Amino acid sequence: MIRETYLNALTLGLFVLIPAWALFADEPFTITLMTRAAIFAIAAIGLNIALGIGGLVSLGHAVFFGIGGYAMGILAYHAQTYTALAEWPVLIDGTKSMPIIWLVAVLVSSLAALVIGALSLRTAGVYFIMITLAFGQMFFFFTISWAEYGGEDGLSIYVRNGFPGLNTLAPIQFYGLCFVILCLVLLFTWRLSKSPFGLALNAARQAPVRVETVGLDPTRLKLVAFVISGAITGLAGALFADLNRFVSPTMFSWQTSGEIMIFLILGGVGRLYGPVVGALAFVALEHWLGGLSDYWHIYLGILLLLIVLFGRGGLIGLASGKEAVHD
Amino acid sequence: MKMVTLAAAAALAIGITGAHAEPVKVGMITTLSGGGAGLGIDVRDGFLLAVKQAGSPDLEVIVEDDQRKPDIAVQLADKMVQSEKVDVLTGIIWSNLAMAVVPSVTAQGKFYLSPNAGPSALAGKGCHPNYFNVAWQNDNLHEAAGAYAKDTGYKNSFILAPNYPAGKDALTGYKRFYDGELAGELYTKLGQTDYAAELAQIRASGADSVFFFLPGGMGISFLKQYADSGIDLPVVGPAFSFDQGILQAVGDAALGVKNTSQWNKDIDNPTNKAFVEAFQAEYGRLPSLYASQGFDTANLLLSAMAKADVKDADAFRAALKEADFASTRGDFKFGPNHHPVQDIYVREVIKEGDVFTNKILAAALTDHADAYAGDCSM
Amino acid sequence: MSFLLLIEQVLNGLQFGIMLFLMAAGLTLIFGVMGLINLAHGSLYMIGAFCAAAVAAATGSFLLGLVAALAGAAAAGALVELVVIRRLYDKDHLDQVLATFALILIFSEGTRWVFGSFPLFLDVPDFLSGPVTLPGGIEYPLYRLTLIVIGLLVALGLYMLISRTRLGIQIRAGENDREMIAALGIDIARLYTIVFALGAALAGLAGALVGAIQSVQVGMGEPVLILAFVVIVIGGIGSIKGALVGAVLVGLTDTLGGIFLPEALKLFLDPSTATSVGSSLASMAIYILMAAVLILRPAGLFGARA
Repeated sequence: MIRETYLNALTLGLFVLIPAWALFADEPFTITLMTRAAIFAIAAIGLNIALGIGGLVSLGHAVFFGIGGYAMGILAYHAQTYTALAEWPVLIDGTKSMPIIWLVAVLVSSLAALVIGALSLRTAGVYFIMITLAFGQMFFFFTISWAEYGGEDGLSIYVRNGFPGLNTLAPIQFYGLCFVILCLVLLFTWRLSKSPFGLALNAARQAPVRVETVGLDPTRLKLVAFVISGAITGLAGALFADLNRFVSPTMFSWQTSGEIMIFLILGGVGRLYGPVVGALAFVALEHWLGGLSDYWHIYLGILLLLIVLFGRGGLIGLASGKEAVHD
Repeated sequence: MKMVTLAAAAALAIGITGAHAEPVKVGMITTLSGGGAGLGIDVRDGFLLAVKQAGSPDLEVIVEDDQRKPDIAVQLADKMVQSEKVDVLTGIIWSNLAMAVVPSVTAQGKFYLSPNAGPSALAGKGCHPNYFNVAWQNDNLHEAAGAYAKDTGYKNSFILAPNYPAGKDALTGYKRFYDGELAGELYTKLGQTDYAAELAQIRASGADSVFFFLPGGMGISFLKQYADSGIDLPVVGPAFSFDQGILQAVGDAALGVKNTSQWNKDIDNPTNKAFVEAFQAEYGRLPSLYASQGFDTANLLLSAMAKADVKDADAFRAALKEADFASTRGDFKFGPNHHPVQDIYVREVIKEGDVFTNKILAAALTDHADAYAGDCSM
Repeated sequence: MSFLLLIEQVLNGLQFGIMLFLMAAGLTLIFGVMGLINLAHGSLYMIGAFCAAAVAAATGSFLLGLVAALAGAAAAGALVELVVIRRLYDKDHLDQVLATFALILIFSEGTRWVFGSFPLFLDVPDFLSGPVTLPGGIEYPLYRLTLIVIGLLVALGLYMLISRTRLGIQIRAGENDREMIAALGIDIARLYTIVFALGAALAGLAGALVGAIQSVQVGMGEPVLILAFVVIVIGGIGSIKGALVGAVLVGLTDTLGGIFLPEALKLFLDPSTATSVGSSLASMAIYILMAAVLILRPAGLFGARA
C-alpha cells in the first residue's frame, strides 16, 4: 500500500518522464498519447468538481466538451477560409490563436452550463442524470444537421492553431502546453476545494439541510460548481479539437459523456488526482487492449465491472488502500 | 497490434517482386469492431487477399481498428505517421472519418488511397495530389440511379435520405441526372429504424417511383417495412443497401429491387472471376463491393510499386495515376482529380439457390467522372 | 394533408410508443423495485432479437422464435442479476451507471463474437404480412396492428399481475418499503431475480417483435434504450402507468414531429430551409419534450419521488 500523496507525485512524475523518454527515444506517438491522456484528465477534473465535490451526476458533460471543440472548430474554420464569423452588428473574424479560442471556449461553455444547470438543478437523483443526458442528445442531433459546419462530417482544420512563442505542430511543444494547463487546473481545483466555497459545496452534497440552516443556498452553490465544471471541460474540448485538428458531433455523443465519467470512476471520484490517474489508465488500456484483439471491448467491460464491484475508490483507492475520500 | 508481416512469405514468392528494393509500409485504418464492422472487414479481407496473391516481400501492412470514431481514426493516423513511419495510408470506410484523417496525412506528404469514402470536399476544392480514390466519389452511384430513373421514364419520384452530409449529397446526386417532378423529398433522422411515417407519406404522395439512400441497418429496416406496407412502386437505390453482407438480412423484401453499383460479381473479366473464386475459397463467403474495392486498392498500390520507388514521391504519384492494374470492374482510370472514371451499372436483386445476390442489367452511366473535378486545381 | 393520412400517422406513432412501452415497463419496474438504473436493458432487447432470429432461421417458425426471445432474454437477465446486478443494489447510481455500461460493452462484443459482424435475417411471418384495410379505407400493415394489440395485452397483463397476484403484492410492497418486506419473511433475493428476469423478457420480446421489421444487428439496443429512458423519466420513474403514457407521448411526438415540423416551418421559411431546419428540430423534439416536462414537473408526470 502506497500513501496517496506519493501516488499523486508518481502520477505527475509519469506525465513528465514518459514524454521525456519518448522525446529521446524518438517515439512521437507516445507523446501524442500522453497529450490525449492530459486532455482527458482536464475534462474529467471538470466533471469531478460537479460530481465528486458537488455530487451532481451529470451524464451530459459531452455538451461542454463539444462546445469547446466547436469553439475551436468554428473560429479556426473561418480563419482558414478567410470568411467572417459574423458581419452584424460588428464584424467578427475567425482566429487561429489558441488563447483567444480558449477564452471563447470557456465563456461559451460556462454560459451553456449556467442555462443547463439552472434548468437541470430543479430535479435531483436519477432525473438529474437523465435531463443532462437529454441536453447532450439535443446538442448531438443539432450539430449532426448543422450543415454550415459540416454536419456529421465535422470540420477539419488543416494546421494546428498557434500559441505565441511556440511551434504547436511539434508534438512535444503542444504536449508541454497541455501539461502546464493540466497543472494549473489541478492547482485551481485544489485551492477551490480548500476554499470556503469548496467546503460549503462539499457540505451541500453531504448535508444540504444543515447548509441551508446556516443561511447558504445549496442549489446556488451547486449551480456555481456546475458552471466552473462546464468551463473546465469546455477548455479540454478546445484542446482535444486542436490535438486532432478536427471536430465532429461525436464529441457531443452520450458515449463521450460516459467516457469522461469512466476516467473519473476509474481513477477515483472526489480525489484531486482521481481523474488524472483514470485518464492515464484509460488511454493506456485503450492502446494496449485494442492491439490484443478485435473484441477488446469485452476485456474493457470486464475490467470496469471488477473495479466497480470490488475496487471502491477507483485505482487510487485500490493502491492506497483507502476506500472513501473525506466522507 | 495486428501485424501482417509478409516478409515471411518471401520464401514462397517465386521472383515476382518489384524491381525496387525499398519496402513499402502501408497503414490500414478501418472499422473492425462495433456497428458497421462488416464493411471494414470486407475491405481488409479484399486488400489482404490481393497482397497475399502478390506475395511481395516488399510490402508490409499494419491494420488497426478505428471503432468508427473520428478521434480514434485521427489518433491512429498520427501513430501510423509518427511511430510506424508508413508511406501509404488506406482503409477508411466513412466519409466523416475520411474528412478527419485525409487532409492532415496528405499535408504531411503521405499517400492516401481511399477504398470506400469519397466526400465531395476531397474531390473538388480540397483535392490533393497524394489522395487517390479507388472506389467512387460519393455522388456517383446516386447519379447513376438518377440516370436510370430518367431512362426508365419515371416522372414523379419520392426521394429520401438521412439528414447528414452524405444524405444531402445523395439527393443532390440523384436530382443531377433525374429530370422529372419530385412527389416528395424527405430527410430522416440518422440511425432511424422505423419508417412507418415516411411510408405513409410515400403512399399518399402519388409518386411513381421511390429513390432512397439509407446505408446499413437503416436500409434493412426500410426495405422490410416497405415490402410489408403494400406500396407497390418501383424502388431504386445505390448499392449500399444491397451489398452481399446486408442482402441476407433483408431477404425476400429486396427481391427485384434495382440498385446501382460500379461492381458486381458477374462482371465478365478474368480478374473479377479469379477474384470472386479466390475470395470464396479464402474466406468462405461471397465478396461484397467493399471487398472488391479493397482488392482493387491493393492491386493499384502493387502496380505502382512495380514501377517506382515510394520514396520518390513524384515518380510514385505518376505511377499511381497511370492506374496500370487489372481492376475487378474492367476499365478503370483516374480523372484529373484522382477520382475514378468508370462505368456504373444497374443491378437487380435475385436469388441464387438460397443466397440473395445481384445480377447486372445494364450500364447506367459509362466512363462516368464526378461533378466536382472542375473545382479541383492541381 | 388529408385526414386519413393523419389517422394513419397517429397509428404509427401509437405503434412506436407501444413498443417503447415494452422496453420502458421493464426498466421502470426494475428501478421501482430495486432502485437500479440498468443501462444494459438495451442489450437484453438485442439478445431477444438475436435469439428470435437464430431460432426462426433454424426452425422456420416465427412463433418459436418469439418463445426463444422471451426465454433467452429472461435467462440472460436472471444470469446477469445473479452474477452482477445483485451486488449493485446497495451502491449509488454512479456505480450502477458504470457497471451496466460495462455490461453493454461485454454483451455487444460478445454477441458480435458469437453471431458475426453482419446483420441477421428475421422477417414478418406470412400470416401477418401485408396490409389490411381499416374502416375509412386506410391501408395499414397487419403486423403493425398486431404489435399494437400485443403491446396493449402486455400492458393489461402487467396491470393484472401487479394488482391481482401475490407476486404483484410483493412487488408493490418492495417499491414502498424494502426492509419491511424482508422482515415479513419474503425471499427478497428471489423476488429481485424474478422482477429482473420479467423486465428482461419484456425487453427481449420487444427486440424480437421489432427485429422482424427492422434490422437485427449489434448495437440495435442503445438507441431504443435512450428512448426508453426518456419515456420513464417523462412518465415518472417506477410508475408503470407513467411508462405507458410517456411511451405514447414520445411515440406520437417523434412520429408526428417529423412530419409536421417541416410542414409548419414552410409557412415562414422557404421550402428547402424549412425541410432541413424542421428535420433537425424533429430529431431533437423528444429531448425538448423531456426537458420541458422535467422543468415543470421535476419528478415526471406520475412520479412519486425524486
